[in-house]
Amino acid sequence: MKYFKNLVKPYVLWSSVMIIIPLFVMLLYAVTNSGNSLVNIQFTFENFKRFAEPVYLNVFVKSLKLGIITVAICLVVGYTLAYIIAQFKERTQTVLILLVTIPMWINMLLRTYAWISILSDNGIINTFLEKLGLSPISMMYTDFAVMIGQICDFLPYMIIPIHTSLSKMDKSYTEAAYDLGANPVQTFFKVTFKLSIPGVLNGVIMVFLLSISTFVIPKLLGGGQYVLMGNLIENQFISVGDWNFGSAISILLASIILLAIRWMKKIDTGENSQK
Amino acid sequence: MKKLAKLSKGLYVALCFAFFYIPIFVTMLFSFNSSKSLTKFTGFSLKWYIELIENSEIMSAVWVSVSVAVLATAISTVLGTITAIGLSKNRKLIREWITNINNIPIMNPEIVTAIGLMLLFSAMKIEKGYLTMLLAHISFCTPYVITSVYPKVRSLDPSIANAAMDLGATPWQALTKVVVPMIKPGIIAGVLLAFTMSFDDFVISYFVSGNGVMNISIIVYNMTKRTNPTINALSTIVILVIFIAVLVVNIIPLLKRKRAVANEKSN
Repeated sequence: MKYFKNLVKPYVLWSSVMIIIPLFVMLLYAVTNSGNSLVNIQFTFENFKRFAEPVYLNVFVKSLKLGIITVAICLVVGYTLAYIIAQFKERTQTVLILLVTIPMWINMLLRTYAWISILSDNGIINTFLEKLGLSPISMMYTDFAVMIGQICDFLPYMIIPIHTSLSKMDKSYTEAAYDLGANPVQTFFKVTFKLSIPGVLNGVIMVFLLSISTFVIPKLLGGGQYVLMGNLIENQFISVGDWNFGSAISILLASIILLAIRWMKKIDTGENSQK
Repeated sequence: MKKLAKLSKGLYVALCFAFFYIPIFVTMLFSFNSSKSLTKFTGFSLKWYIELIENSEIMSAVWVSVSVAVLATAISTVLGTITAIGLSKNRKLIREWITNINNIPIMNPEIVTAIGLMLLFSAMKIEKGYLTMLLAHISFCTPYVITSVYPKVRSLDPSIANAAMDLGATPWQALTKVVVPMIKPGIIAGVLLAFTMSFDDFVISYFVSGNGVMNISIIVYNMTKRTNPTINALSTIVILVIFIAVLVVNIIPLLKRKRAVANEKSN
């Protein structure tokens, strides 16, 4: 068997160069200033401190708020859909889940772009309202537009894991709950929902990760003035050219996600130990 | 009462799917519009498709997307598969260490991975362009190949390759004639995942490419500043290709199963 042992070696080398070193380079940029040449490098925490300025802190709070709202809406809408799908016959379920997955395979940029012609001031919704004799609503470049784009793009990531854990569930648990006198509401919250928590956590992590780091959706649907964490990073690298500050924000973003994952895992194991 | 519940469930499912598919449908519809408007349908025409084919910038972006996706898929599939096979033969410590590293690009936000690679290429003084895009794509596709192949390798009987070699097969033969055919479903899943990930990628390509090298996503991003139905024509083609690919991949196993069942019955 030792013949195949060495097969991992190319990837060990590859992942060191392409995964580990980039993280160190990023860290190096984050803790130095004007480090484009190695000669006059200086270590500093200035880049992280700068993030505490109100302008940037506001961006952070806004991203976090939008992320949490998106996750909450996706959870309610997605759970309901997954729950309904899980009650269909098995063959119908396969078809419906396939229909949920197809949009995930299509380029997110193209799907977001499509919303522009629906939501814009003389877009499809407003043309429709006009025909009904109602006054048009300005929807583009608002929180609403960004939220619609995010929910449409990320909802499948919530539905799939929840559906997986719901369809794996043994039906006899809910039947037992009914037999023991629980009403439908009790059965749902005390049995069904509890058993689907692993799927819920997976979905919540995925949607939160995607929504807090996106920069395409706010740019296309929120306009140039709409800045979230992702846009802030993009600006530092593409237009401002402050790679040090940009790296510091990237590291902060990665740490937030890491903490969120840790926290979610803790909830998961906490739930399991209770049982 | 039961009927009402059933009706409202059906309505809810329909509304959700409308939410997913209306944008896609609208994009496709307006690619056939005869005027430049993206809101009023004035008549059927194929002029945006003709404009698309005549636009050399877009056609070269299509070529970049396809060729990068094919190359990145081929390389990351080979790299990922041999890593997954080798992984199962190593000590637990090494195994965990590599799987943890492998999870970094999967769990990290795309933009962070993109920035890291961009900084790496600039530190190594590799000029941004086609090569950097290809390297980056291999780098983010391989972890997905490993995660889809590795579970299949683990479910294999570890003595199976030994048996082949005891019977006189060379290690290479044992690998290609015994191990690989047995983990084929995992490899196929990996290929699909890698190809679509690479073909659809925007964020990483956007940061690591330059010097006029653009894939479909980058060109769409640059063109969205003005209304341009040529993008709709391009979207329609991309959507149809992906739609058919996903459908075929999901339907083939169903048909095979059906045939197997039919064969059993006739026997």
